[in-house]
Amino acid sequence: MSKPRYTIAVTGLNAIDSPGPGVAVIRGLLEAASFDARIIGLAYESLEPGIYMPNLTNHTYQIPYPTAGTDELMERLTYIHSRENIDVIIPNFDAELYSFMKLEPKLKQMGIRMFLPTFEQFEERHKVNLTKFGEKYGIDVPLGIAITDPAEIYKHEKELDFPLMVKGKWYDAYIAYNMEQARNYFNKIAAKWGYPVILQKFVHGTEYNVTGLGDGKGNTIAAVPMRKQYITDKGKAWAGISIADENLMDLTRRFVESTGWRGGFELEMMKSNDGRYYLMEINPRIPAWVYLAVGVGQNIPEALTRLALGEKVEPYTNYEVGKLFIRYAWDMIVDRSEFENYSVNGELKKDEHGKETL
Amino acid sequence: MKIKHQIAISDTGFLFNPATGESFTVNPVGAEIINLLREGHTWQEIIDKITEMYSVERNSFEKDLHEFAGIMKMHQLLDKDE
Repeated sequence: MSKPRYTIAVTGLNAIDSPGPGVAVIRGLLEAASFDARIIGLAYESLEPGIYMPNLTNHTYQIPYPTAGTDELMERLTYIHSRENIDVIIPNFDAELYSFMKLEPKLKQMGIRMFLPTFEQFEERHKVNLTKFGEKYGIDVPLGIAITDPAEIYKHEKELDFPLMVKGKWYDAYIAYNMEQARNYFNKIAAKWGYPVILQKFVHGTEYNVTGLGDGKGNTIAAVPMRKQYITDKGKAWAGISIADENLMDLTRRFVESTGWRGGFELEMMKSNDGRYYLMEINPRIPAWVYLAVGVGQNIPEALTRLALGEKVEPYTNYEVGKLFIRYAWDMIVDRSEFENYSVNGELKKDEHGKETL
Repeated sequence: MKIKHQIAISDTGFLFNPATGESFTVNPVGAEIINLLREGHTWQEIIDKITEMYSVERNSFEKDLHEFAGIMKMHQLLDKDE
């Protein structure tokens, strides 16, 4: 029986030192057992490596930054859809999710499906609201306080104690060991990501992450926990290993069940030295290390696509424990014409061999 | 002293704890002790077997075994009630 062929548009092609998830998501889609995928890349910057990587995308289009507003994004997506007839879009950046969530009904009318969290889920798990989230669902969360003025750090110094985490609304997190560092990081983060900035109690321990997929009805379709083995100076996992930890799996299932989570997610956990798990962050999308999940038997991008298309997806029940992912840097040699083509026309088409076509 | 049942050890002495993702390497005698633990041997039986196999003073080995057990406990490789 022949497999269906879907056209799937994916963002997050910035496979850089702090990578977007797009390339890993595409690898999962290209290895899907239940369908063939034709990949449309959606990129913001002309130097996102995924635009130029061979055998990855069939065609990549530039899209406007979220700050440009949803009208501009809609206009661009309408144009791309008229050329490519997209079946599914998988957005992979936190900062763009809101725009795509807002456009979901319109895109659905056009025949484009997505599988995203609801507005309520998206807001509730936001870093700014995480402490309340923990209280509501009975999950240990380190005390976090959202502030808009660096003077407020003095006010909360006693409750939080040094060292403390200073986190951006969307990205970036630093450990501040004293007031001067906390103020510096506050200013740095506020200049880049705006307000509020989040102060969070520091938890000593080991970092564990779980990537998974909820079907929106409380069922966990996929879940793979990983211990970070090698962490970059930006706190990103450069290597990790799949583990079998029932406490983490229970916590994940409880999270999905109690929130009725819809879509991909990543739980960032810290196991304190006394063995307690603290939920540090919930990312409302597939993480960049998702290819480990694919590699150990749970193809989350494939399952998410099928859910988006309204298919019934059976939950994955196991995965291989003790498999590592190790990220690496690889220099591509790219013709200037490809860079030029993308920069000038805002799109780049590739043939079946991954070569540029005009 | 009981080692957690899910701990895997290879012939090369590479030990992996699937619950935490931590891995360690132990020397051949360490591997032998871990394998004896996995087979369910008691503390005394391990001392008997190792001192039979190697030319080592019983007291001296017992001290080393205590230290080794302490390290395993620290890395959460032993069952909780140990």
